[in-house]
Amino acid sequence: MLTSALRSIRANLTRAALTLLGVLIGVGSVILLLGVGSGASAEVVSQIAGLGTNTITVSAGMSRGATSFQDLTVEVAEAITPDNAPDVIAVVPEVSTSATVAYGTVSTSATVIGTTPEYFSVTNSPLAQGTAFQAADAAGARQVCVLGADLAYDLFGADDAVGRQLMVGGAPFTVYGVMKVKDTTGGSSGNSSLVAPLTRVQRSLTGYGSLSSITLQAASTAVVEAAASEATYAIAEALRIDAADATFRVTTQEQLIETSTEATSSLSAMLAAIAAISLVVGGIGVTNIMLVTVSERTREIGIRKALGAPWAAIAGQFVIEASLLSLTGGLVGVAGAWGLSHIAILGTRPVISLASVWLALGVSVGIGVIFGGYPALRAAAMKPVDALRHE
Amino acid sequence: MTNDSTEVLPPVSEPASAPAPTTNGDSPHYWNADLPVIETRGLTRTYGGGESTVRALVDVSLTVGPGEFVAIMGHSGSGKSTLMNLLGLLDVPDAGAYLLDGVDTSSLRGDELAQIRNRKIGFVFQSFNLITSMSALANVELPMAYADVKRSERRRRAFAALGLVGLTNRASHRPSELSGGQLQRVAVARALVNTPALILADEPTGNLDSTATAEVLDVFGELNQTGRTIVLITHEADVAARAGRIIQMSDGRIVSGSVPAGATGMGIAPVGAAGAWSPTTALGALP
Ligand SMILES: Nc1ncnc2c1ncn2[C@@H]1O[C@H](COP(=O)(O)OP(=O)(O)O)[C@@H](O)[C@H]1O
Ligand SMILES: [Mg+2]
Repeated sequence: MLTSALRSIRANLTRAALTLLGVLIGVGSVILLLGVGSGASAEVVSQIAGLGTNTITVSAGMSRGATSFQDLTVEVAEAITPDNAPDVIAVVPEVSTSATVAYGTVSTSATVIGTTPEYFSVTNSPLAQGTAFQAADAAGARQVCVLGADLAYDLFGADDAVGRQLMVGGAPFTVYGVMKVKDTTGGSSGNSSLVAPLTRVQRSLTGYGSLSSITLQAASTAVVEAAASEATYAIAEALRIDAADATFRVTTQEQLIETSTEATSSLSAMLAAIAAISLVVGGIGVTNIMLVTVSERTREIGIRKALGAPWAAIAGQFVIEASLLSLTGGLVGVAGAWGLSHIAILGTRPVISLASVWLALGVSVGIGVIFGGYPALRAAAMKPVDALRHE
Repeated sequence: MTNDSTEVLPPVSEPASAPAPTTNGDSPHYWNADLPVIETRGLTRTYGGGESTVRALVDVSLTVGPGEFVAIMGHSGSGKSTLMNLLGLLDVPDAGAYLLDGVDTSSLRGDELAQIRNRKIGFVFQSFNLITSMSALANVELPMAYADVKRSERRRRAFAALGLVGLTNRASHRPSELSGGQLQRVAVARALVNTPALILADEPTGNLDSTATAEVLDVFGELNQTGRTIVLITHEADVAARAGRIIQMSDGRIVSGSVPAGATGMGIAPVGAAGAWSPTTALGALP
């Protein structure tokens, strides 16, 4: 029966090729489009994860009237200690402001971040050149800084930036180092920022008011939630408020990933809809060709029945033929999608999931077998004389 | 016909229901051995319904004995093909009974009918009805594939059958590469390869020129010589002349020749039982 199916496929190569193409396009596009969707969200997730999966960000909330004014200050940050927050292993206060940065005749506006030396390890910001400032620099409020990759390029081009002196809001700062290029989707403008000791930025630019945020590092990914809640109580205690009344926000990376994934999921849904349409179109193509095949071959079915073919032999032949065609098309479609997945589509490298492969293969082959097989089963049930008369 | 092929193809069918013919008149199985191949009573077939009803076959009773070569003649539309479709179990009658080689066919359905067609009937159609995507050899092998004959045995017997019709050297040709006469000889080879009790041919020479007609008729003649039962539909008198008996049809009825003219009649000498077969005893076997 298999050889007979193969022979009739070979005898109608054009038709077989068209059927194959229908399945191929259906399966290929479903896998690829679903891949683009999950590729996009995977990219966002990995960018956020790149910031460190065990970090927690504390930021000041909207103040709702004077009574509940909850200001994040250096004192608040220092209130988070190993005693009241044992799962927190690093506390990095940050102030951030915008300032004019100038070197020679070049001048640009940059985000100036004042922080502690732990900033670089906690926010996963390794240096490409030079060194980070040290605890002593922070203690002495020295006028030193580390530049983001883009900012360094804007100011110095291809020249070495380390050791140069530039003006930040009118004060001279010595460049200690330059950070590596960072993924920017996480919302941080790390590549065009200037990082300097917290004490220095407060003294020269922002004053000793409130912090922009506090970044915390949990001991491990497993204790992030515990660390977040410990920090919440520690801060609430320092502010002398009840934790339930807290307006400051404590955000874990996981929550950030969830929020961002929600944004990409609408894209994924749209792509899935397009994929479903192409699957249906592919399926209709297969069905169409199979219907033609059966009506063209009803006479052959009549001949076979006249010669004594049992119902199962005829039905089996057509079902095997339909499965063979749609399975081959499906596998070629999978291979094609896999090949194309190495190319960025819509700026994203598609991530092919095994589930989408099974789904697409299953649906296409199912359509091929059901709609290719059903008319054949009907023809197989005809009286031989009627099938033979068929033109 | 080559010796080789006679070995491979037994000259007569030996249906399970009918033991080998015997000359012993006292045997209790005596009449059974010479059962008619075809025995119909009151076959009726009507097409359509309401005002467009066509009574294609009306009350046809017909007997064909083993080893007979019968021609069915009649005008176009007289019901010849309708009759052949019923005799070949390709269609079912609206009324009447049909015993094929001793088997009552009226209670049989789908696959049972298919099996009887496969084992007991060989078809030859006017339009050849070969499968165009398969070689001549594969076409001839097809009935044996449905009879669960082993592949090597299938090949051997298909070659032998092609040898019988003189087409061994065309075995691997596709139907599109063969002439009309060759196509019909392939069809004849296919019809006889399963050693059926009955060969049914519906205007087998209708699409052939005179040379090809002669070739095909010669093959039929040889087959009949070896004891095969042949029912051939034609409207050409010279074709019908090759048969031992002529059945005339008109308006769905048999006008003449519905039973053998007698034991001494031309084509009805049953193999190994000359003169012993009688239609009257055979009719008694009908339910
Ligand atoms: N499938 C069919 N549907 C309706 N009428 C039919 C069909 N087949 C045959 N007939 C009619 O039955 C009659 C006998 O047809 P047929 O047996 O083919 O005659 P013949 O073979 O002798 O030419 C004709 O009148 C024909 O039109
Ligand atoms: Mg006819």
